[in-house]
Amino acid sequence: MMGLVLAPAMVASLATCLATVPLFAVNPFTEPVGVVHYLFVGAVLFTAGIACMTLKRNALGILMGIELVLNGANINFVAFASPYLRAEGAPTLGLDGQVVALFVILLAAAEAAVALAITLNFYNNHATVDVDRADDLKG
Amino acid sequence: MDLESLLPTLLGLAWLLPLVSFAVILFAGPRLGDHGKGAAGVATAAIVGSFVLSLLAFISWVAQHPVHAVAHDDHGGAHASADGAHGSPASHDSASSHDSQGSESAHRTVDEGAGHAGQPVSYSGDWYTLYEGGRLRLTIGWYVDALTVLMFVMITFIATCIHVYASGYMHDELHDITDHEVHLADGSHLHRPGRFHRFFQALSLFCFSMLGIVIAGNLAMVFIFWELVGICSWFLIGFYYERKSASNAANKAFIVNRIGDFGMLIGLMALWGALGTLHFADSTGLDGHARPGLFSLVRPPVARHAQLVPDGMVKFAAAEKVAEVLRSHADDPRAGVEQVEAKVEDWRREGYGKWLLLVAGLGIFCGCIGKSAQFPLFVWLPDAMEGPTPVSALVHSATMVAAGVYLVGRFYPVLTPDALLVIAYVGAITLFIAATIALVANDIKRVLAYSTVSQLGYMMLALGVGGWLAGLFHLVTHAFFKSLLFLCSGSVIHACHTNDMRKMGGLAKVMPWTSGTMLVGCLAIIGAGVPFLDIGLSGYYSKDSILAQALLFARENPSHSILFYAVAGGAMLTAFYMFRLWFMTFAGQPRDHHVHEHAHESPPVMVYPLVALSVLAVVAGWTLPGGFGIANMIDQARPAGTGGTELGGLLFRAFTVPAEHASHAHNIHVTASLTAFATAASGVLLAAAMYVWRVISPAAVAAAAKPLYTFLANRWYFDEIYRFLFVLPVLGMSRLVSATDTGVIDKFIEGLAWGAKQVAGFDAWLDRTFIDGFVNGTANATWHAGLELKKLQTGQLRQYVMFIALGTVAIFVLAGLLLHSSFAG
Repeated sequence: MMGLVLAPAMVASLATCLATVPLFAVNPFTEPVGVVHYLFVGAVLFTAGIACMTLKRNALGILMGIELVLNGANINFVAFASPYLRAEGAPTLGLDGQVVALFVILLAAAEAAVALAITLNFYNNHATVDVDRADDLKG
Repeated sequence: MDLESLLPTLLGLAWLLPLVSFAVILFAGPRLGDHGKGAAGVATAAIVGSFVLSLLAFISWVAQHPVHAVAHDDHGGAHASADGAHGSPASHDSASSHDSQGSESAHRTVDEGAGHAGQPVSYSGDWYTLYEGGRLRLTIGWYVDALTVLMFVMITFIATCIHVYASGYMHDELHDITDHEVHLADGSHLHRPGRFHRFFQALSLFCFSMLGIVIAGNLAMVFIFWELVGICSWFLIGFYYERKSASNAANKAFIVNRIGDFGMLIGLMALWGALGTLHFADSTGLDGHARPGLFSLVRPPVARHAQLVPDGMVKFAAAEKVAEVLRSHADDPRAGVEQVEAKVEDWRREGYGKWLLLVAGLGIFCGCIGKSAQFPLFVWLPDAMEGPTPVSALVHSATMVAAGVYLVGRFYPVLTPDALLVIAYVGAITLFIAATIALVANDIKRVLAYSTVSQLGYMMLALGVGGWLAGLFHLVTHAFFKSLLFLCSGSVIHACHTNDMRKMGGLAKVMPWTSGTMLVGCLAIIGAGVPFLDIGLSGYYSKDSILAQALLFARENPSHSILFYAVAGGAMLTAFYMFRLWFMTFAGQPRDHHVHEHAHESPPVMVYPLVALSVLAVVAGWTLPGGFGIANMIDQARPAGTGGTELGGLLFRAFTVPAEHASHAHNIHVTASLTAFATAASGVLLAAAMYVWRVISPAAVAAAAKPLYTFLANRWYFDEIYRFLFVLPVLGMSRLVSATDTGVIDKFIEGLAWGAKQVAGFDAWLDRTFIDGFVNGTANATWHAGLELKKLQTGQLRQYVMFIALGTVAIFVLAGLLLHSSFAG
């Protein structure tokens, strides 16, 4: 099930990201593993999340897409926390990215709790979790 | 309480009670009892209260100043200081003893004796000073003498009778009324609610105003109440104002009276401008200065009350000479003023100011001409009979129309002999014209109205020929018998529902009380009495004294003997038309059986006043053995210095106004009595011959003297002449002015308005098109943009995410394109 959900999204996002490769100044596939590769993975995850949110009609699927987006962002935070990118002698622990990532995880958990409650209510009212069946927010 | 404070209190309360009644009925009228029936009770209670108070004043007056016989042989000094009753110690300086707010100052003038050269007993003072500054001084005050007290009793007594009578006479007004004399456009008759309370409201206001004239202490106050009785008269004549004739009559009365009042205003201004006071008696101002009144200015006590032109008038008339003297003493003004004072006597002797005094007297008399319906302003009184009959009895015969005579009597000391002669001639013309018209009138009330005019002419003539007492005596007796006659006629009209005497006849059997009392009234007005026994009805005494004075005047001034013939002829005419009225109404056979069948005696509430008035119509002229009588009481008030012979000759060739007491001389008195008896008897006999015995046919007489009959029946064409001379020109002028107003002024104003409207229209267009357009356009655009944008908010969650994603991409692409260099950086 999960695979069925994620596979096409992954494929689509990977394809999208690969399509952007010519935009980069260097070819990542020929470089040793560095920050760029992390960013690349983050971008793929992010794009996959967006695709998942856009394409899934199941509210739970959308929530999963959100998790992907957040985690893609987390990877970026951690990647940018790399010691290679840090200035010499900066008076920090060098854990800024990791701390922010931890906050994001925390917030994601809280958000998931709220979102699941909304979904449950939504189900109670509409006997479905298909987001296309509801347009209560229509202006 | 002494008389000095008692009289103003009693009479002041008697004066104000009807005002209270007026106010009560004004505010609570229709709610007083059933359909306002209680209004009659309120008004009657007030006037009865006034009558009781007046009677108390009368009694206390008589107790203090016993009425005694007139001295016939009087000429000055013999009587001086003879009568101790008048010599009360509190004489001239009583002002200081008054500290109450109500009466700021009070004066008591006491004669040094009952003699006619002395001053009469009078009390005067001010209740309230309206304004005082410089020479200007306006007060609400009183002037009370024997005449005032007597007038109060007479007015309140007659008013009481008439209130009682009216509460019966006006009972139709208690319910809705269909007025058969008013034809509406659709041919039906007017149907209106009754106005019972309003009648009594106006009646109360009238009583208040009338008593105000009598008690007034100055001419300004007289004028105020003069106008108030005028407006009351207007209310009451126009009581049935839906009838065209009634509203016309009311307006006519009011307008004609204003013409007279214009003259009165001139007189007031002459007095005010030259003398600076309108007070009758001497008074004390708030500043403590004594101010001489009109009486002592014109007849100063130092000159033994002989009439002379007051200093103020002399200086006023000789203004140029005064200015000249003052100019020549410009360096020393005080000496200049002294010089002027010293020269006043010379100027007076040269005749300065005598015309001014004459104008003042004649001006005041002009007001009296209007109010007392004298020639040429008498035309309003017969028309005034459109009012309800009690009004005719009270206002238009007994009291208001007598106010003119009263004022001439009150103002008598100021009138010069020439003014008096004018008054006498006006009275003579009036009495003759009115009596002749009354001969042929067929409306019972109009006969009485012309008779009233004629009798008022008698009074004026009496005053004019020097018969001050005779005129005022006749005023009092006439008030009684004429109100009686009017009430009787009202009773007849009430029974027959018509005013036309040609439809009456033979009513004596069905209306015994009315016919009996009316007979008494007729006998009183013709002056029935026994000449040598000197006993008769009230009219006998007053008419005899008028005749005697006129005869004396004619003897002294043979060129004016027409005055006596007018009086004598008038007496005969009076007798004829009064008995013609009585015979046509009560004697013989009924002429109209329809009217006769419905006739009935009036209810007791209407008969009692008739009886009460008829008793007074009989006894009012009597003098009791002790000397008590109305005539002698009036004589107590004789103005200082007017008992003597006066010389005139400013307007006319020299003549004398004889002293009134000379007319009591035996030969004069007997001649007058016999003349009166003979004329009255012949008049009655002629009436009887025409209307009872039918020896002479009235129709034949009318046919024989057709032009004369037509002339009289058309009332000497006075209304037509006035219509042609005054009414039509005034109407034409009014139409012209009205046409100018509508054609020119209105058009101009309408043009201005039209222009303003056009400008405003253009402004409005600008406002609506541009300013409103801009505001509305903004709002519309916002609204429609909102509507369009609303479509984007579909509520589709996935779409939102798509937008966000695509939007982000688009922003990045845009940023990438636009900020390409920084990315490339």
